[in-house]
Amino acid sequence: MARLEELHPSLRKWVEGYSWRKAEFAQVAQAPDPAAARLALISSAGFVLPDMTPFRKWRLGGDDSFRRLPSSLDSSTLINTHRSEAFDHEALDRDPELGLPLSLLKELQEEGLLGSLHETVYSFMGSITRPGRLVRSRAPELAAELRGADVDLALLVPV
Amino acid sequence: MGLLAAELDRQGIASVCLQFLELVARAVGPPRALCVPWPHGWPLGPPEDRVTQRATLLRALELFSRRGEGRPILEHIENLPAGSPG
Repeated sequence: MARLEELHPSLRKWVEGYSWRKAEFAQVAQAPDPAAARLALISSAGFVLPDMTPFRKWRLGGDDSFRRLPSSLDSSTLINTHRSEAFDHEALDRDPELGLPLSLLKELQEEGLLGSLHETVYSFMGSITRPGRLVRSRAPELAAELRGADVDLALLVPV
Repeated sequence: MGLLAAELDRQGIASVCLQFLELVARAVGPPRALCVPWPHGWPLGPPEDRVTQRATLLRALELFSRRGEGRPILEHIENLPAGSPG
């Protein structure tokens, strides 16, 4: 795995000192066989499309909004607007599928290993250091939307 | 992402989070976490290495079927060399 000691000293100090909020849930949801399931892809790479408002880099506590992108998008049109300097932006710009693996998931779907891919992809920007509104508002909004779309599984891909 | 994942599971949508740091996975405790061996920015593996990226996605799909008492249900991908089929 990524090692703490490999992080920049200032980031390492932050990671070790930050008061991480514990996830609260009663039980793990039962998952159907992926081959018969509908999966939603959620990224925190801060991707937007050219006609979308970029994520707000300087918002105190982080920008907890999200964008809905079509799974039919051309990944070469994705724009990385993530504010963090703690990861390899050059790699993400060169290979956006690192953060949004649409072609590979479609490949798995074609091979019968994945039932279907939800037609909307959800794009967040990580580095949300004050997640109160995310927990109270954004997450329930997204979960309700996915339930309404008969989504069974969600894959969350950070950067 | 772990906090978002928890809400999804609470509403019946099973989630898997990729994670870079086990420390963070254990501190936040999402329902299911797959710890990856690559640096931040490479959640699926090295850029343009479709073989490794595909192997990571397959491991993530497998994790949906895992049952476990711990929170999170946590697995690691071993440190694969670039291009390894996993």
